Amino acid sequence: MTQVSTGEALMAYDEVVAAYDPVMGLEVHVELGTATKMFCGCATTFGADPNTQVCPVCLGLPGALPVVNAIGIESAIRIGLALNCEIASWCRFARKNYFYPDMPKNFQTSQYDEPIAFNGHLDVELEDGSTFRVDIERAHMEEDTGKSLHVGGATGRIHGATHSLVDYNRAGIPLIEIVTKPIVGAGERAPEVARAYVATLRDLVKALGVSDVKMEQGSMRCDVNLSLMPKGVAEFGTRSETKNVNSLRSVERSVRYEMCRHGAILAAGGAVTQETRHWHEDTGITTAGRVKSDAEDYRYFPEPDLVPVAPAPEWVEELRASLPEPPAQRRKRLQTAYGFSDLEMRDVLNAGLLDLIEESVAAGATPAGARKWWSGEIARRANAAGQDVSSYAVGLGVGPALVVELEGLVTGGRLNDAMARQVWEGVLDGEGSPTQVADARGLQLNRDSGALEAAVDEVIAANPDVAAKIREGKVQAVGALIGQVMKAMKGQADAAAARSLILERLTQ
Amino acid sequence: MADLTRADVDHLAHLARIDLSDAELDRMVGELGVILTSVATVQQAPTEGMTAMSHPLPLVNVTRLDEVRPSLTPQEALSGAPEVDEQRFSVPRILDQD
Repeated sequence: MTQVSTGEALMAYDEVVAAYDPVMGLEVHVELGTATKMFCGCATTFGADPNTQVCPVCLGLPGALPVVNAIGIESAIRIGLALNCEIASWCRFARKNYFYPDMPKNFQTSQYDEPIAFNGHLDVELEDGSTFRVDIERAHMEEDTGKSLHVGGATGRIHGATHSLVDYNRAGIPLIEIVTKPIVGAGERAPEVARAYVATLRDLVKALGVSDVKMEQGSMRCDVNLSLMPKGVAEFGTRSETKNVNSLRSVERSVRYEMCRHGAILAAGGAVTQETRHWHEDTGITTAGRVKSDAEDYRYFPEPDLVPVAPAPEWVEELRASLPEPPAQRRKRLQTAYGFSDLEMRDVLNAGLLDLIEESVAAGATPAGARKWWSGEIARRANAAGQDVSSYAVGLGVGPALVVELEGLVTGGRLNDAMARQVWEGVLDGEGSPTQVADARGLQLNRDSGALEAAVDEVIAANPDVAAKIREGKVQAVGALIGQVMKAMKGQADAAAARSLILERLTQ
Repeated sequence: MADLTRADVDHLAHLARIDLSDAELDRMVGELGVILTSVATVQQAPTEGMTAMSHPLPLVNVTRLDEVRPSLTPQEALSGAPEVDEQRFSVPRILDQD
């Protein structure tokens, strides 16, 4: 039973990092995006009705025989290679035995001392641009468990007891568990390193196309092991393991919280209890879970129903050769190609716009234009709807082609920037393509040069002070006059043309 | 082989979630001990240079394509469950665990 106690003592973060070195171990579970489960042909559709994607194998019925999903193995190897791991030439699955209703077989099929991938590393870029190398202990294949719905204190039950309702649709979905070696030397940046590692891993797995890695849907989950050792001591302290930390922000916060909690215990002369901790997203604290004890005796043994996996070296090399460009490298390449500043690039990445911008540029948009249209109104609306821009855009049926079309209307001289903004809003409101919206709303720059000249002359005459400043060389004052010309022409003037005409009149 | 202790049997019983009385524990220490000793004779087999095997056939890489096959209906899946609620298996909650 979870007891939420909020009264645990915490040490100030500055004091913790002054007196102790944190040691972290991160275990990340990635749910693969295969069509079927790891050991049977049941579908893996998220959100299906309970117990509609189950069969004798994933229900653990007697006599059922599991067979490994070929894509599960391929995905595991690709993840291992992307993490710079060695790939086992021969390995087996193992049974991890435990009693809990989320696994109807009373064991989870996993890998124990023969993981498919081991001894790798992932270079993680931190906020200040420096790189921190996280060593990877192993990446192994296993299966997900069922989902329990805990029904608390329901009345009318025969024994008045609390029950759990179990749905086994998720049981048997392929998971890859990626385990780091102890991460030492991060010091005060430990929370940032943890977050950056999980973010980098997420991007990497996404680029491989083996999982949708949606932390909010549980297709990527993180357990955070943390301990402290007093400065100058090389021996690791007792660790706690915070389970199911399911957002990047929470990874960072939970490391910080545990550091402060451990610090307070150690500074008071106490001993940290080795236990699992529950992370509470809402309050930002952890509470004690189960104490590690003989419950950890999983009696692993090789799974006799599955034959060993022995990937041919040539196949592994083929997979290595077909790995996509690492995300960090791709980001650098595109930033240079697009001429984005560091700040612009960071905004683009934070909003998850790089794919959309790349697709738009490939379709013919300018990088600056693609960045502008994807990060403006649509980003605001997606944010308000609690979605990322790409899924929101897909939902609206808005894609790169429309951005190209909109930009074409501007460069072709039909629309000015303000009009283009209106048109884009119309597109997002579902009024049609940019051209259709511009037609329907009657948006069209006034190309009548006589009208523009008349408006410019009128505005110059009406603003002698501003005109004088521009004549004296204060060119930036031209903005005020452009605004007035725009107003005089009911917003249908071409701002660039107005600008050059005003300057022509006043400086030549 | 080291002798099986009462504590070993108690631990195993706990892992297997079997309640044993003191008398049963005592009896099991003896009976399991005999079984272990008998099985231990296998260890006298000459296995030098042999790789331990976990499968009776010398097979590797038996896989299937990632193609969906029909699942059971929920009615079939739940037909063996002692208790069902909301199309789910209803089980007693295990307390003090997450």
